[in-house]
Amino acid sequence: MAEPGSAGGRDEAAEPAEEPRAVASTRAVDIATCLLLAAFAALMGIDNWRSGAGWASDGPKAGYFPFYLSLLLGAASLYGLVKAALDRAGAASPFVNRDQLRRVMQVLVPTFLFCLLTQWLGLYVASFLLIAGFMRYVGEIAWWKSVLTSFLFAAAMFVTFDLAFDVIMPKGPLEALLGF
Amino acid sequence: MEALGLLLHGFEVLLTFKTLSLMMVGLVLGIFVGVLPGLGGPNGVAILLPLTFTMDPTSAIVMLSCIYWGALFGGAITSILFNIPGEAWSVATTFDGYPMAQQGKAAEALTAAFTSSFIGSFVAVLLITFLAPGIASFALRFGPPEFFAVYFLTFCSFVGLGREEKHKTIISMSLGLLLTGIGMDTVSGQLRMTFGSDNLLRGINFLVAVIGLFGISEILLTMEERLALRGHAAAISLRVVLKVWKDLPRYWATLLRSSLIGCWLGITPGGAIAASFMGYNLAKRFSKDKESFGKGRIEGVFAPETAAHASGTSALLPMLALGIPGSGTAAILLGGLMVWGLNPGPMLFVEHKDFVWGLIASMYLGNVVGLVMVLSTVPLFAAVLRVPFAAIAPMIVVSCAVGAYAIQNAMFDIWLMLAFGVVGYVFKKIGIPLAPFTLALVLGNRAEDSFRLSMIGSAGDLRVFWSNGLVGSIATLALVLLFWPLVSAAVERMRGALVKIST
Repeated sequence: MAEPGSAGGRDEAAEPAEEPRAVASTRAVDIATCLLLAAFAALMGIDNWRSGAGWASDGPKAGYFPFYLSLLLGAASLYGLVKAALDRAGAASPFVNRDQLRRVMQVLVPTFLFCLLTQWLGLYVASFLLIAGFMRYVGEIAWWKSVLTSFLFAAAMFVTFDLAFDVIMPKGPLEALLGF
Repeated sequence: MEALGLLLHGFEVLLTFKTLSLMMVGLVLGIFVGVLPGLGGPNGVAILLPLTFTMDPTSAIVMLSCIYWGALFGGAITSILFNIPGEAWSVATTFDGYPMAQQGKAAEALTAAFTSSFIGSFVAVLLITFLAPGIASFALRFGPPEFFAVYFLTFCSFVGLGREEKHKTIISMSLGLLLTGIGMDTVSGQLRMTFGSDNLLRGINFLVAVIGLFGISEILLTMEERLALRGHAAAISLRVVLKVWKDLPRYWATLLRSSLIGCWLGITPGGAIAASFMGYNLAKRFSKDKESFGKGRIEGVFAPETAAHASGTSALLPMLALGIPGSGTAAILLGGLMVWGLNPGPMLFVEHKDFVWGLIASMYLGNVVGLVMVLSTVPLFAAVLRVPFAAIAPMIVVSCAVGAYAIQNAMFDIWLMLAFGVVGYVFKKIGIPLAPFTLALVLGNRAEDSFRLSMIGSAGDLRVFWSNGLVGSIATLALVLLFWPLVSAAVERMRGALVKIST
């Protein structure tokens, strides 16, 4: 877990002279997270109230613990909400700027597509596509290097997990064609 | 001396060709994982866990603990050569390690780091060997109320002693506890919080959450920061190693101090990160020449590395003896033990003697073999860092997905991992600590079970937690720690008042 900002040696020269515009402030994200958590706590609280949050003769019912935990979570997130709303320093500090968000999306979107593809094509084909595509389009690495690397990686994964260690991964039409 | 006999037996269990080769594989994988930015001890162990599912428990835990040692060693390579801490606990190592590399003394710095890691872990393993059996046999007397009190103590100490804002620690912990409650209630068999979904029936697996929270979120953070790796080359020659080792006795005070700090913080949930900074700061404070710290002083490498590793290792002590992990990685190892149907805690020392002592013996052996391996293979692993991140990032994503899927053979878990990845990214950026979340996820069910069993035993009377001296003092200590900021403020004020009266 690298502590952001605590290490030098980053590519500072490539940083543009002017800081790109922030997409959201830390305060805004803080508030949104607290709202979501409070809503989640309310949802869980209601559900546990229904399954019985009382105290039976032999101790707490099934919903007892989670019900009071939802209250605790709700209270802590509402406190966080008020605190963030009053916080002036957080309003100024950016959560992500435009460049950073773009780079995060560059990895988040392909990962999402990879998960989606795994359902239809199986894990190995999906990972071949993810690695080759990512190296080619995000890393701008030569075609043949990208394809070769990802093929070798996917094949090595197949041999290690499916053949050597008997850990079965989701498979798709290609594996079926090859008889696995 | 019973411990020594059992330890020797543990070595016998280990010294087979199969276990030794698994040990080597584990160490190589571990160093690899430690060197790569975006992976580290906890995620490395979590991702590689599925590899061990088909092995017998002893081989599996030997391999996993070697991955852990490897990751601990590997973190130092990136901090010194590239000024990028592979792990948060390596941050303090960069302060003096990187300047040494800049001055062309990279080999000395690396040797110092590896040697001090070895010393730190060694002291901690000695502690485990002689203390763990005692603690475990004491804990055999524990019933459900005592166990609940100990869990409660762990949670309270996080809230009361953590440096993060209190409400954020509480958010993180209560969310974790709430998520573990999803699925079937173990005491009554009733379903709760499943909202009619079949996928939620199984509950949220702790390892899936960890892989997302640490693995995926770390990739997102690394991409955002746009790491550019520019480092120093290094090869370690035997001459340098011997030179550093010859000077070692001069630093005995630093090494001993850091080991003790590390062991203490590892057993209590302070963690390796706090230990490495404390080790560094104390070495600086006790030094006659404070100015030279931060400019490439070898003591500045010895102090944090020894402390971090002593702490990382001693975190396994409460995990083995009580079933309470002292660190994130220890929590994942505990999750692994439960996958093989082993229940960590005092009974482990009685029912699975072979396993426990095999593990402890593997700590000794893994450390020695790891030291030799890492000293001889540095250039190889430093070369790994020259592979472009655009190739490594998607491979890590794939490994995370494999790990998440393999645990329960469920596609739903891959989606869950992605969701936890985003949650982890946001939490890290707005300062909600992840350690209490992890701890809550792994201990949540056990804490609830022990609470409800105590309630069944006492017919719903809460006074059971103060029913005897042992459970009463643990429960009281827990409450004191929970309100520690208030307690310490009150003590300060009383002291201030006393000073006023006396003058």
